[in-house]
Amino acid sequence: MSTDLFSSERHVYNVSELNREVRQLLEDGFSAVWVEGEISNLSMPRSGHIYFTLKDDKAQLRCAFFKTANASLDFNLEDGLGCVVFGRVSLYEQAGQYQLYVQRIEPRGKGALQLAFEQLKKKLEQEGLFDPARKRPLPFLPQRIGVVTSATGAAFRDILNVINRRFANVHIVLRPALVQGKAAGQDIAQAIAELNEYGQLDVLIVGRGGGSLEDLWPFNEEIVARAVCGSRIPVISAVGHEIDFTICDFVADVRAPTPSAAAELVVREKAQLHTALLDQQRRLQGALSEKIKMAQMRLSRVLRSYALRRPQVIMEQYSQRVDNAERSLRSRWQHRWQWYQQNVLRLAGRLRRPDMVISQYGRRISLLATGLDRQYRHCLQNKQSAVERVSSRLYNLNPLAVLSRGYSVTTSVPDGAVIKDAAMLKQNDCIKTKVHKGVIISRVEDCRHEG
Amino acid sequence: MKDKEKEKEISFEDALKRLEKIATELETDDISLDISLKRYEEGMKLVSVCLKKLEEAKKKVEILTKKENGKFELKDFEELPRES
Repeated sequence: MSTDLFSSERHVYNVSELNREVRQLLEDGFSAVWVEGEISNLSMPRSGHIYFTLKDDKAQLRCAFFKTANASLDFNLEDGLGCVVFGRVSLYEQAGQYQLYVQRIEPRGKGALQLAFEQLKKKLEQEGLFDPARKRPLPFLPQRIGVVTSATGAAFRDILNVINRRFANVHIVLRPALVQGKAAGQDIAQAIAELNEYGQLDVLIVGRGGGSLEDLWPFNEEIVARAVCGSRIPVISAVGHEIDFTICDFVADVRAPTPSAAAELVVREKAQLHTALLDQQRRLQGALSEKIKMAQMRLSRVLRSYALRRPQVIMEQYSQRVDNAERSLRSRWQHRWQWYQQNVLRLAGRLRRPDMVISQYGRRISLLATGLDRQYRHCLQNKQSAVERVSSRLYNLNPLAVLSRGYSVTTSVPDGAVIKDAAMLKQNDCIKTKVHKGVIISRVEDCRHEG
Repeated sequence: MKDKEKEKEISFEDALKRLEKIATELETDDISLDISLKRYEEGMKLVSVCLKKLEEAKKKVEILTKKENGKFELKDFEELPRES
């Protein structure tokens, strides 16, 4: 290629050729560059392509960010945003303008996702989606719980564990959803919509276990936020472990720090409800029995009062008067009756019949006769017993009679004196002892004085 | 009949609230024994309604799928192997 201005062999480009060659040079030399600058003149026509100027304090660079490339942009571009842009340098032949064809943009200073998060949060906040007044209370005793999460993830297992532990009898309807990756946001949003369409649910739990910002990203997507916002069924957001806040958390009616916590929120412990119920039952019973006791006390107080007792007293007095009257009537009547009776008897006595008089005498005679008889017998018995008394006394005086009772009489031999003292005898004296039947002759062996 | 429908309709929470109210009312002195008895009866009914509600739900875990024709299908959930 000659550089001689006047050479006859000079090569004359037409504009297109030159631009093409320059483009080639640019593309070869700057096929992959990172440029840092600030966005200005941002333009986003309907086509979906994005045009802007990247500038620093001294220079400007035209940038084109085509639709195919910017589809993966997580955050929104705005004028004044400092960023680092990656792309290839080329020439827009038609305008003869060199520009950067952008492949990727990262915000300067912080991550793209973080920026996107902040941007969306600000936007939705301004729309009022986080307004506390929008939030609905959770049902007191939810029986049917819709869950949007992965069927195989830890989140669902945790939820099941809690529900099994706390409150066995709830009905859980899981709409399995992708919870990470590009398609997840769309799937989660659709799941929420489907559970709403299915209906018959008291509350929804939407979430997943913890992870990196990228893992949790679907829950920061606008489509999910809108779906949560549009749910007729109250939504509990349960993403990650404690410290991760997502856009979904902000939009949901209730934010639970973990899926387990969401399950805990949903089912207040059955035992707790049960206890509360029994407490009320006890209160009812106690209060009623107290009431009845009070009423009984009042009643007995009233019954004891004079006002109520008075009629009774009057009644008693009346009935006593009636009794008295009856008694006096009766006694008067009896009196009168006796008087009549006596008169009648007296009169009847005067009218005694002769045969009655005779038999009366007869009775008196026989009475006297038996009396006489008894008298006679009595007299006889007296005499007889007197005779018997005397003869037995006589009998007892006969000394021999005593022998029949075992006593004996001893006399000396031969003079026949009755021995009354042992001193009357001496050894070898002969004695004769008379007993009841017969006589014993014996010789004295020894004599002893006694007393 | 209407009462029965009412009982069926009343939510657990409302029933418990009503129960608390009745108990408080019963504990104050200024209602007659007649009304107390009525309230007591109502309260005990509420207790049994609540107990029934506590027990009535059956434990079930199901998976919902929306089919292409737009109809929903519920299947029993069976524990799947852990995600590694």
